[in-house]
Amino acid sequence: MPRITQGAFSFLPDLSDDQISAQIQYALDQGWAVSLEHTDDPHPRNTYWDMWGTPMFDLKDAAGVMGELKACRTANPESYIRLSAFDSTRGWETVRLAFMVHRPEQEAKFRLERTEGPGRVQHYSVVRA
Amino acid sequence: MTSVTSLAPPASGSAPQGAITDVKKRYAAGVLKYAQMGYWDGDYEPKETDLLAVFRITPQEGVDPVEAAAAVAGESSTATWTVVWTDRLTACDSYRGKAYRVEPVPGQPGQYFVYIAYDLILFEEGSIANLTASIIGNVFSFKPLKAARLEDMRLPVAYVKTFKGPPTGIVVERERLGCFGRPLLGATIKPKLGLSGKNYGRVVYEGLRGGLDFTKDDENINSQPFMHWRDRFLYCMEGVNLAMARTGEVKGHYLNVTAGTMEEMYRRAEFAKELGSVIVMVDLVIGWTAIQSMAEWARANDMILHMHRAGHGTYTRQKSHGVSFRVIAKWLRLAGVDHLHAGTAVGKLEGDPMTVQGYYNICRERVNQQDLPRGLFFEQDWADIRRVMPVASGGIHAGQMHQLIDLFGDDVVLQFGGGTIGHPMGIEAGAIANRVALETMVLARNEGRDILSEGPEILQAAAKWCKPLEAALHTWGSVTFDYTSTDTSDFVPTASVA
Repeated sequence: MPRITQGAFSFLPDLSDDQISAQIQYALDQGWAVSLEHTDDPHPRNTYWDMWGTPMFDLKDAAGVMGELKACRTANPESYIRLSAFDSTRGWETVRLAFMVHRPEQEAKFRLERTEGPGRVQHYSVVRA
Repeated sequence: MTSVTSLAPPASGSAPQGAITDVKKRYAAGVLKYAQMGYWDGDYEPKETDLLAVFRITPQEGVDPVEAAAAVAGESSTATWTVVWTDRLTACDSYRGKAYRVEPVPGQPGQYFVYIAYDLILFEEGSIANLTASIIGNVFSFKPLKAARLEDMRLPVAYVKTFKGPPTGIVVERERLGCFGRPLLGATIKPKLGLSGKNYGRVVYEGLRGGLDFTKDDENINSQPFMHWRDRFLYCMEGVNLAMARTGEVKGHYLNVTAGTMEEMYRRAEFAKELGSVIVMVDLVIGWTAIQSMAEWARANDMILHMHRAGHGTYTRQKSHGVSFRVIAKWLRLAGVDHLHAGTAVGKLEGDPMTVQGYYNICRERVNQQDLPRGLFFEQDWADIRRVMPVASGGIHAGQMHQLIDLFGDDVVLQFGGGTIGHPMGIEAGAIANRVALETMVLARNEGRDILSEGPEILQAAAKWCKPLEAALHTWGSVTFDYTSTDTSDFVPTASVA
């Protein structure tokens, strides 16, 4: 069954909470700030998912993040939730690890829309199936 | 540091001398030694704004190494073979390259490392063509040297700031792809010659839908009779977009726009843009000025610029003569490429692991520290120009995943061409095998496991639930390319071809 394969670990079986917790600890050990985002529109170009609060800059304990994840899942059971780890080191100042931590029962599906252009050119849009 | 005079061969009338300071003698018509002309200064303290170069030279029999070093400095700056009075119309002392250090290469009798400082005024801002014409323009054919190799350069911040550097860089590339925390995955379409556009696009689609982030044209795929470039672009973008819809991920195919003229390259790049490609590609053989022009174009059009280092082995591989790839990598970071093939260490192509890590560090770090075991002779501050994404490609397979991630970390494109397309269950299965191997290894590393020693069992555990990975490990698991490297560090005891 096809599924959205964004994020670092989408080709693995869904991570258990213990596995998620270990990844969070890894991110915190690097000095990265963890955050959660959720959406019902996982379009490949949808950059701005809804933030579940601000990045947890001062949180140093994976258990705290897991508590937030539980709350986010309860509030958004039919959404995609991704966990991101942000590195504020000069020259990076970007996300260094991101992966899915929750999926809806029914995965989103996309299809390709084509518009004829000059010559044999096709203009493509990825749209919700 | 070995003192210079101790390096001189037994005196045979050619003992090194310093610069002649008596102006009348210095500018009398005739021939002087380069050291006498002022191209050697053992007391010189390089300035922060000087460009520094270290060459490995092999002087002809009887040629004093200090005089040879002075000759290299002279021939790569202002000197000609005889004294010219017109020097006196200039502030000639500041225009002379200055050899300031000579030391024997450890374990290589007859070879010397010579360090030369060049004043910043010698170089046009923002022009690799000018830099290379100066530093490697004449001197490699110079008769008194049997061989010469440019090993490394230190580019001062003042000079680095005259270049725009990579148009996209690692950070922005990842933000555009929305992919963080694992190496990117690619494959070069094979066979590299002969497929029609339609068949070629099929391989692109299967690979991307199976889990690759990128597929790639090979270096010599341009516009041959079996597949004209427009056909290739159209079918590839069909495959790219269909795979995006199937997976929900941003995908790309490196469309090679290398062509016979700049005009034709721009034409092809414009078409790639019109079709919505996120990336285009050029080969190193297009030349420095063309590379800088394509970097400008990529900046103006939000395009990632992939560089295939086609041809570099002709001058980078042999240690005695040529230009080290670490220097080529520095020039390319300045010139402005986003992806650069930098070796695999474990694959089918030349590459000693630490030497290759040195190239990766040049691509990726904000500041390179001096690191002799990795071949980095100088500290190099990149003045915040963007990071180049290195590409590991050539004879690698899923069974090496733990070694690749251990050597190169996350910010690399791992390209398995044959190791994807040659999979016994098909191309999509080949891509799945590689993606599962990649993700399972990153997950394990982040959990604190020692992937270098536990890697094979981590892969076997994933193969239990992933048939394509099981088949990949069965087919290629034991394939290695254990040959002695040619280009190795002189500062660590590794085996090297003499």
